[in-house]
Amino acid sequence: MMKQLLEFEKPIINLKEKIAELKSLTKDSELDLTDEISTLEKRLQLLEDDIYGNLKPWDRVQMARHQERPTTLDYINALFTNFIEMHGDRLFGDDAAIVSGVAYYKDEPVTVIGHQRGKDTKENIRRNFGMPHPEGYRKALRHMKQAEKFNRPIICFIDTKGAYPGKAAEERGQSEAIARNLMEMAGLTVPIICIVIGEGGSGGALGLGVGDQIHMLENSTYSVISPEGAAALLWKDAGLAQRAAETMMITSYDLKKLGIIDEIIPEPRGGAHRDVKLQGENIKKVLDQSLELLRKYSTDELLEKRWEKYKQIGEYSMLEN
Amino acid sequence: MLKDFFGKKSKKRKYASIPSEHSKLDVPEGLMQKCTGCYKIYYRKEMQKNLNVCPNCGKHHQLKAWERIDSLFDENTFQEWDKQLISINPLGFPEYENKLEKDREKTGINEAVVTGKGLIEGNITAFAVMDASFRMGSMGSVVGEKIARAIERAKDESLPFIIFTASGGARMQEGVLSLMQMTKTSVAIERFSKAQGLMISVMTHPTTGGVSASFASLGDYNFAEPAALIGFAGRRIIEQTIREKLPEDFQTSEFLLKHGQLDKVVHRHEMKELLKTLIEMHQKGGRK
Ligand SMILES: [Zn+2]
Repeated sequence: MMKQLLEFEKPIINLKEKIAELKSLTKDSELDLTDEISTLEKRLQLLEDDIYGNLKPWDRVQMARHQERPTTLDYINALFTNFIEMHGDRLFGDDAAIVSGVAYYKDEPVTVIGHQRGKDTKENIRRNFGMPHPEGYRKALRHMKQAEKFNRPIICFIDTKGAYPGKAAEERGQSEAIARNLMEMAGLTVPIICIVIGEGGSGGALGLGVGDQIHMLENSTYSVISPEGAAALLWKDAGLAQRAAETMMITSYDLKKLGIIDEIIPEPRGGAHRDVKLQGENIKKVLDQSLELLRKYSTDELLEKRWEKYKQIGEYSMLEN
Repeated sequence: MLKDFFGKKSKKRKYASIPSEHSKLDVPEGLMQKCTGCYKIYYRKEMQKNLNVCPNCGKHHQLKAWERIDSLFDENTFQEWDKQLISINPLGFPEYENKLEKDREKTGINEAVVTGKGLIEGNITAFAVMDASFRMGSMGSVVGEKIARAIERAKDESLPFIIFTASGGARMQEGVLSLMQMTKTSVAIERFSKAQGLMISVMTHPTTGGVSASFASLGDYNFAEPAALIGFAGRRIIEQTIREKLPEDFQTSEFLLKHGQLDKVVHRHEMKELLKTLIEMHQKGGRK
């Protein structure tokens, strides 16, 4: 399969191709190009440092949407054992845009829930591009309540463009399903850890996103509206998405600055898709810390801290009388 | 009583209506008002006296925050909370401060929600009302903060909490901070609910996006005014996504009622009576 090429990576790819060309040239002829090759390789190193070290918000948006970017199921594979997927909301159906089930994290039983995109067209259609209907949120809630009953921590992976904007979704109460999750998650007596792994799109992300600890992969995004949507709405021009991505403060660094997330989880150079195993290890480190921290709290403390966490989000001022 | 005054049986001839042919009459600005439902023209004062419900076609025109308060609360009993909270420009969004300033001048309120407490037919209740004329009622940090504080106070003072929503959704200019107000308010409601607080949500035109997907849908009772637009995603986005025409009544109060998403659609003239009855029922009821 052709790797998806991102615009800002083109200079790197071009240089890599040139190096490969020189290498094959030396193989086939008597020419000695060792010096030239090593110069170019050094330059490649610098170029990669420069490009990957200075990703713009829009570059990260591309990274978060990368076709090969690992999904919830990839991380479930990398981080958990004995995962058993459990289906259905018991009310209407089973939404493949959200996967949910039980597993071991190390020796501890946990409930794992996440948005699930496809990696090709066929799977994307089956999973509705990771955009849930109400039954997805209701399935998730059913499993969260179960986690509460059996006193298991809940780990949520967030990766969606948003809740699905469809006729049936509205009829079945998309608003209510999301709102219900926000309220119920607020009161769950077990630790909840949320990790944004790709796109955190608006209310659809939030429906799995109320947690005691919230983390973001370095190149993931979290926003109230897509950059394209924001540009269309604010400047009547979806082409200004790049500018919107910068204005809207949607990167992991922005969210950290705004006091919304706890940790930025580093990604391998060039993005999570370059090395899923390493990415898994990076997530594990933060997950271990979070679980250890949250285990110390009594239920009352846990709930009080959850409230305090959300209470402080927002910026405003006071009028003088 | 209000209900008797403006009861459903009111005849349109009670009101000074002027047929639409006369719409070109040179009337002083602001004195007359054309109903956007039936295009009849009324004296603005007459329409206001009827709580902005068209005497001819029954269309519920929007009420401003203080008009709503006056329509429900016993005279001079409403005490406002957190009036001095105002929005800042956390993302450094171009033009945002100017727009806020203009809306403060235009509406006479400091943000898109007014909160406080007062008496409804002698029953004390905490209250929040959104005003769609301020930044389309959108929810930024201040709206979220004021609502969360009102719910906390309702909990601390053991009061019912009633909210009238009217909102286009999130305040784009505050980005993800605005999104997180959905969570903040919902966590507050959960705490209030656990303390057995009574919450009533009344959705008015329009209640969409992040507001419909948080506190608006979280009442113990969820009501709506007739023909209000209520929904999660915008109609145009849905049409583009599913490539089909949506029914005329899509995302109206009546549509939601039909699909089991509302307890009741309530005429504005019957609202006060309903709220009073419910508050009283919850004061009396329940095994202690
Ligand atoms: Zn009319």
